[in-house]
Amino acid sequence: MSADEIDHGRRRMLLAATAAMGGVGAVYVATPFVLSMDPSEKAKAAGAPIDVDISKLEPGQMMTVEWRGKPVWVLRRNEQMLKILPELDKFLRDPNSDELSQQPVYAKNVQRSINPEYMVMIGICTHLGCSPTYRPEFSPPDLGPDWKGGFFCPCHGSTYDLAGRVYSGMPAPSNLVIPPHHYVSATRLLVGVDSEVI
Amino acid sequence: MFDKILRGLGDLREWADERFPVTAFWQDHLVKYYAPKNLNFWYFFGSLAFLMLVIQLVTGIFLTMNYKPTAGTAFASVEYIMRDVNWGWLIRYIHSTGASFFFIVIYLHMFRALLYGSYRKPRELLWVFGMLIFVVLMAEAFMGYLLPWGQMSFWGAQVIISLFGAIPYIGDELALWIRGDFVVADATLNRFFAFHVIAFPLLLIGLVLFHMIALHSVGSNNPDGIEIKKHKDENGVPLDGIPFHPYYTVKDLVGVVVFLMLFSAVIFYAPEMGGWFLEKDNFVPADPLKTPEHIAPLWYFTPFYAILRAVPDKFLGVVAMGASIVVLFLLPWLDRGRVRSVRYRGLWFKWALGIFVVSFVGLAYLGTVAASPLATLFSRIFSVLYFAFFLLMPIYSKLDKTKPPPERVTGK
Repeated sequence: MSADEIDHGRRRMLLAATAAMGGVGAVYVATPFVLSMDPSEKAKAAGAPIDVDISKLEPGQMMTVEWRGKPVWVLRRNEQMLKILPELDKFLRDPNSDELSQQPVYAKNVQRSINPEYMVMIGICTHLGCSPTYRPEFSPPDLGPDWKGGFFCPCHGSTYDLAGRVYSGMPAPSNLVIPPHHYVSATRLLVGVDSEVI
Repeated sequence: MFDKILRGLGDLREWADERFPVTAFWQDHLVKYYAPKNLNFWYFFGSLAFLMLVIQLVTGIFLTMNYKPTAGTAFASVEYIMRDVNWGWLIRYIHSTGASFFFIVIYLHMFRALLYGSYRKPRELLWVFGMLIFVVLMAEAFMGYLLPWGQMSFWGAQVIISLFGAIPYIGDELALWIRGDFVVADATLNRFFAFHVIAFPLLLIGLVLFHMIALHSVGSNNPDGIEIKKHKDENGVPLDGIPFHPYYTVKDLVGVVVFLMLFSAVIFYAPEMGGWFLEKDNFVPADPLKTPEHIAPLWYFTPFYAILRAVPDKFLGVVAMGASIVVLFLLPWLDRGRVRSVRYRGLWFKWALGIFVVSFVGLAYLGTVAASPLATLFSRIFSVLYFAFFLLMPIYSKLDKTKPPPERVTGK
């Protein structure tokens, strides 16, 4: 090949190889920027367990505490509330808590709790993250005559029973999440860790 | 004396032209850019949208001088702007009212395209750039709404970011990445501030530039939906075209004056517009433990929000909402009508357009009310009609009995 002839094949190959290398470099450079948007170490460390005093809770009363920036509800259910739970099974999407990611194993039971009386759950709707309201009354005008007490999400109308189980036909896909928790004593609760861990 | 100054200015222009095409630019895009002579009322909204962009950029710059983007200080700094900064209330109200007016203008601008078939060949890319502007504008407005860190800011962001969580497999990780924390928090506010004041405005300006380049390359459509470039005089000037400057700059100025009168009336007398432009709950600082009784996005998002709520499944709801926007992009390829303008279309299209407008307004209203069985039923009906307008368009626009459009524009 003489000096002024152009080898187009070689040119194309070199161009493609350079572009490919440049592309790889661009991905490497983008990585730190993309990862910088993940939760920081500080944000991750802020999730320490919290101590909850439940001694002042009356039957039927609910308290809200903050854990990892989220509302955690502790509801003390009365006898009537507990009696209704099994009757609702046929109206619910997941009555037996078969979706395992929604609760620790020790809360996979009829009442979805360690101690049937106390219900502990994260008060964030599994649909789009609003916090539902506690509606213990029977048959209020806005929720219809069949309402037997539960939680109502004001954002998109999802409803849950008093064990945080979602009713079928709702936009929310699953039951409310139960955080890892255990009882330190009869009136003290630790939210954030399973008992086995300690 | 006067002559000398004029000659001096002429020399200066010549000097500049040899180094930067000032005169050529002025000619190409203003005095020798020919727009159809029959552009009507609907054609105000393009230049008004540009005016709104400028107003938002300028007021935004001055707001950043006093706003503090952290969870601990954001709410108080907005109150500080409202009460203590000189004229801060005015700048803030221009910006917040401006967001709503921007969307009013954009929706009317888009409706104009629908009326006169302005998205049809060869203006497909013009429409696509316009739609991209619309999407970026929605993101910009959404992120801006988080910044005052009120209850609606917080819970609105919580809901919208959770939409990404509905995507199978990667959803939860993606939502976490967007928030930068396990819930909407300081990190989220701070990054939304960065996007709202730098990233998205830059993107917006770039897209507006592309929109303008595309427009000036193909030329404006007009209410008759016919090409003025088909009939040119011996100099290549369209017979039905008139120079953009001075004719349309002057016409648009009249529009601007009327528009600014309305805009000022709202800013000075009803800046919250009864909760439609600034929601009442947003005057309460963000509380991550308590969702407001009734939460709804601002009016310009409600049609899409109502579609989301109409679907009783988390993932499919998000898909439907996404599809309701994607389908708009496809409009140029869905329309098979023989004519562009509604003036020469048949009854099929006119009815379809009428039903679409009713559905869109209906959805917009339903998106603002609390979830109830009746509202859900109507949301579903309107959602179906919304999609039917687009998806059946290839059929009814083709079957439509159209009238032949005129050769030259009608001078009404």
